[in-house]
Amino acid sequence: MATSGPPVLQLAGVSKAYPANGGLPVHALRSVSLHVGRGEFVSLVGPSGCGKSTLLGLIAGLEEPTEGAIEIAAEADGAPGQVAYMPQRDLLLPWRSLLDNATLGAEVGGGDRAAARQRAEGLLPSFGLDGFADALPHTLSGGMRQRAALLRTVLLDREILLLDEPFGALDALTRATLQEWLLEIWERLQAAVLFVTHDVEEALWLSDRVYVMTRRPGSIQLDLPVDLPRPRTRAVRGTAEFATLKQRLLDALLADA
Amino acid sequence: MNTHRVARIAPALGVLAVLVGAWELVTRLAAVPEWLLPSPTVIVVEFVESLPQLAPHTGRTLLEAAIGYGAALLLAFLVAALIDQSGLARRALSPLLVTSQTIPIFALAPLLAIWLGFGITPKILIVALACFFPIAVSLAGGLRNADPDMQALVRLMGGSRWQVFSKVKLPSAIPSLLSGMKIAASYSVIAAVIGEWVGASQGLGLYMLRASSSFQTARVFAVIAVIAVLSVALFLAVDVVGRWIAPWIYVRTEEAQT
Repeated sequence: MATSGPPVLQLAGVSKAYPANGGLPVHALRSVSLHVGRGEFVSLVGPSGCGKSTLLGLIAGLEEPTEGAIEIAAEADGAPGQVAYMPQRDLLLPWRSLLDNATLGAEVGGGDRAAARQRAEGLLPSFGLDGFADALPHTLSGGMRQRAALLRTVLLDREILLLDEPFGALDALTRATLQEWLLEIWERLQAAVLFVTHDVEEALWLSDRVYVMTRRPGSIQLDLPVDLPRPRTRAVRGTAEFATLKQRLLDALLADA
Repeated sequence: MNTHRVARIAPALGVLAVLVGAWELVTRLAAVPEWLLPSPTVIVVEFVESLPQLAPHTGRTLLEAAIGYGAALLLAFLVAALIDQSGLARRALSPLLVTSQTIPIFALAPLLAIWLGFGITPKILIVALACFFPIAVSLAGGLRNADPDMQALVRLMGGSRWQVFSKVKLPSAIPSLLSGMKIAASYSVIAAVIGEWVGASQGLGLYMLRASSSFQTARVFAVIAVIAVLSVALFLAVDVVGRWIAPWIYVRTEEAQT
């Protein structure tokens, strides 16, 4: 997707340290700088524990960075920029129906609930959740729960979606299906995505660019553009370009190990 | 499902039948005098015969239990919410709440009679005191243990403190609240009865006291049976209401059983 104009999200020299009991502070992130363009799909890969989730938490506003600045472009109406954050766990409220979970944002934000419900109902088929509006989360499969959580995230109507390993806990088959489906959804959404994963192939296949992080304390060691044509099909994974890119990512990850 | 449930309680019913049978046999064979230990059949006959008098006394005791329980529930909500929302309130109230449990509430019954007389108020108060603690503690614990990630999610959506409380914390606390409410429900009847022992114009406690002072032992047993059945029934009633308002709670345990 063509990206132009100023980035919607920019991080400059962001560090995060946690005070340790009686010792030196633990550095989770060191001087992370990155940017995400309007409508761009960017992935963040790195070894386990490199601070990917911490970084997303900082951008979402769960915590404050120790150093550095996080800038989010203002909304179209001039309101302060906000992101839509989807944590690793689906966090569907077990006492709410799927539809009530999906429209939680509108309910909490004081938006038009009826309109939000109508919109959510309209989106159910494309999220593969048609006919499950009134289902409680425990009756849904793992893949459906992730899709429901993504629907809740999308309905927040933000220009930036932060997705933290949304498919991490799913079996390989469900995972592959959902990746394909996510591409379709994103191509219609016109939103920028910052996607955290530790799966190199997933990152390449979905993204316009991939950032590779180092081990803890995490910092950016590689910014790799993925110039594969869109819309992408599964066949892309078998091409020589894909293999070359994958090799570069793996080299970067393994050199650091 | 139904046969499954029958199969599960069958052993307990079997033991009960053996115990009651042995009781019947011993009292008959040894010709134990009725005032000392009446046989189960005598108790059943007594129960049926005294039903017209038992009913209004039961109604009165249930009324005291219900009002006291309701008052305890209301107060527990207020205190638990306060403890949850204010660190100062928690530090001020939590230790008092816990240490107050070392006071035997039933021993307060005579005092309450001195202060409030022999009307319905001291009985309601005893019930409320007995029921308040389990409900307040379980609710406060449930609120405290609400998933922090779910709370953060609502906060990130722009949710206010009240919204985090009403949309995440309170629903999360329901399972814990229900277990406290079940314990309190099973306390409520006996608390009312003890309140009535000190002095009352009506109620199962009074009826029981009169029966025992005139050595109508079978009647005492009949009243005890009524109290036990009522306590279990109230416990089950809370359970049924819980399943109805919070069906998601019971999913995991039922899955584990199948």
